[in-house]
Amino acid sequence: MKTPLIEFQNVTKCFGTRTVLDRVNLQIYEGEVTTIIGLSGAGKSVLLKQMIGLLKPDEGTILFRGKPLSGMKKKEITSSFAQMSYMFQDNALFDSMTVYENVALPLRETTNLSKAEIDRRVLARIEQTELGDAVNKYPSELSGGMQKRVALARALITDPRIVLFDEPTSGQDPVRKNAILTMIAQYQRKFGFTAILVSHEIPDVYFISNRILALYDRQIVFQGTPEELENFDHSFKDEVIYSLEALQKELSGLYSKRQFEILNRAQMKRKDFGEKYCVIIFALEELNKIIEKLGHDAAQEAIHAMGLYVDKHFGSLGGFSTRNRLNEFITMVPYSDLTDVQIVIQEFIKDFQEKGNNEIWALCRKLVPLGECVDLNILAGVAQGQPFDEIDSVIETARSQQKEIGRLRCMERRREKR
Amino acid sequence: MAINAASQKRLENSKMQQYDILLLRPFALVGRSVINGVNHLGAATIFLCMAIARVIGRKQFFKAVQQVYYIGARSITIIMLVSLFTGMVLGLQSYHALVKFGAQGAVGSLVSLSLIMELGPVLTAIMITARAGSAIAAEIGIQRISEQIDALHTMQINPLQYLVSPKITAALISFPLLTAVFDLVGIVGGYISGVMLLGLNAGVYTHSVKAYVEMSDITNGFTKAIVFALIVSTVCCYQGYFAHMRTDGRGAKAVGLATTSAVVISCVLILVSDYVVTSLLM
Repeated sequence: MKTPLIEFQNVTKCFGTRTVLDRVNLQIYEGEVTTIIGLSGAGKSVLLKQMIGLLKPDEGTILFRGKPLSGMKKKEITSSFAQMSYMFQDNALFDSMTVYENVALPLRETTNLSKAEIDRRVLARIEQTELGDAVNKYPSELSGGMQKRVALARALITDPRIVLFDEPTSGQDPVRKNAILTMIAQYQRKFGFTAILVSHEIPDVYFISNRILALYDRQIVFQGTPEELENFDHSFKDEVIYSLEALQKELSGLYSKRQFEILNRAQMKRKDFGEKYCVIIFALEELNKIIEKLGHDAAQEAIHAMGLYVDKHFGSLGGFSTRNRLNEFITMVPYSDLTDVQIVIQEFIKDFQEKGNNEIWALCRKLVPLGECVDLNILAGVAQGQPFDEIDSVIETARSQQKEIGRLRCMERRREKR
Repeated sequence: MAINAASQKRLENSKMQQYDILLLRPFALVGRSVINGVNHLGAATIFLCMAIARVIGRKQFFKAVQQVYYIGARSITIIMLVSLFTGMVLGLQSYHALVKFGAQGAVGSLVSLSLIMELGPVLTAIMITARAGSAIAAEIGIQRISEQIDALHTMQINPLQYLVSPKITAALISFPLLTAVFDLVGIVGGYISGVMLLGLNAGVYTHSVKAYVEMSDITNGFTKAIVFALIVSTVCCYQGYFAHMRTDGRGAKAVGLATTSAVVISCVLILVSDYVVTSLLM
């Protein structure tokens, strides 16, 4: 059996007379993205701070690679914690230092690297986090989103094996929330670190998480994959997940996967034999290229806008949509055949190219260097199904039918920026 | 009847207990304060020892130099201003007092000895506490409540080594130097008021300074300056560092209270330790 990277055994933590964590048991595995979800004040940050040694448990044991921290020598503890990095909820940036100095601090203080090497690494990380224009600015001169990115750059500068993110998306708008989550997922894949997140962003965190831990009523009530959480029956779901999903629907117009499946099942029950429905799979092609050339914000802006336009056009037909993967949407249109849907797709793409395109690039803050334009290719595939058809097979058919239906031209974006 | 007697006895007992509590309350209060004070004294001593143990280390020299600039160099103007007028007042007062006995020739020695042995180290320490000590407490306090100190922990940077040790080193360097500046400018102040304004002979003034000031007076003054440096830097750093653990306030209020405590405690300890050190050096 795989040894957990970090394991809590009956960990209890009290502040005065208030018990925040009560005999908590959890496992975190190497190389995975684990997200801790729970209500505000439930003790998620306390959990995270105990992992990195900022707080000590009152009772119970914390094991690091199978060895209890309490039984380790000081050197072992230091080397264990040296593998970790922590991104604070409020960033904890040094306000008397510039962005460059903040990011360079861990390298300057804990390594013997030359000034030139520190410069190279710091500037590379700053560039990756799209902070090139803010190198010499102080944190107080930056927006909340930029400060988050500085904190992220600082957390990743030492190439840690484990990164703890304490609500990395708090205080961000929906687009930037997704941009930060995508950034974390992308860096996690690129650098292979173990990511432990505390987040409220349900269901967005499901897309990037391998495992979810649910903290409720001072205990971990669920540990498992996002798919397993869908079938988890507990009062935690009513109180936390449903309310957060409802908020997400309000913000984006899209349903969570679970809500989508419930709606779908309800629609199927209502349908009589012979009635048809359509499934459309939309996708934004080559999202990674967009991220690379234009940045996470631009990519997320495009995804967000696409979700809104899909909902605008197909919602009026009685359709409902969900985000399936980072760059993929599934839309279910009941009581419609292929001809109806094709007409709406044409209307959608025309509207999206005319208005959505402008909105995306008006909000996109990064100028594209000449000759490095990236067009956003929009793919769509449609399949028709009947109530007795397996929904998954209809979705697969739609996916196999995907073809380019339109492009959001780069030239238009540059004209917008001027 | 028996029930009445029992309830009467219970009533008397409870009254007695209330009297006991009222009588004991002041003692409990004093006891708690003493225990609290001893706790803080112990914690501050450990804090100082841990910081001193980290004074020498990689890149510590540059940080100490930077702090010497903040604590020392930037305090020079205010120190010079205060010392100039202190010396002038001393010269003025001592001239008018000594002239009654025809001993105005001793103005130089009185001004210089008062400054070198007492006023120089004490007023320098108090002025640095007001200017730099409060800033140190506020700066570290803000770093504490905004989790910057926790961030240092997570980056494997020892906060005591990074934040506190350079300040203690800088205080140990700056206090004696600023005390020397204070003494010198104060003697010049005495010269201005005694010689230039009141017509005392310049040669008499300078001879009086040279004749009566001994090397031991100067070293005693510097010893005091070093003791005050340790006290002020430790108290101010300690108050800021543990601002988050205050029971009388949270957040920004805790930083404000920590700064106030740092200045008040430093000033009181400067005066108390001045007496102790003087009596030891006598």
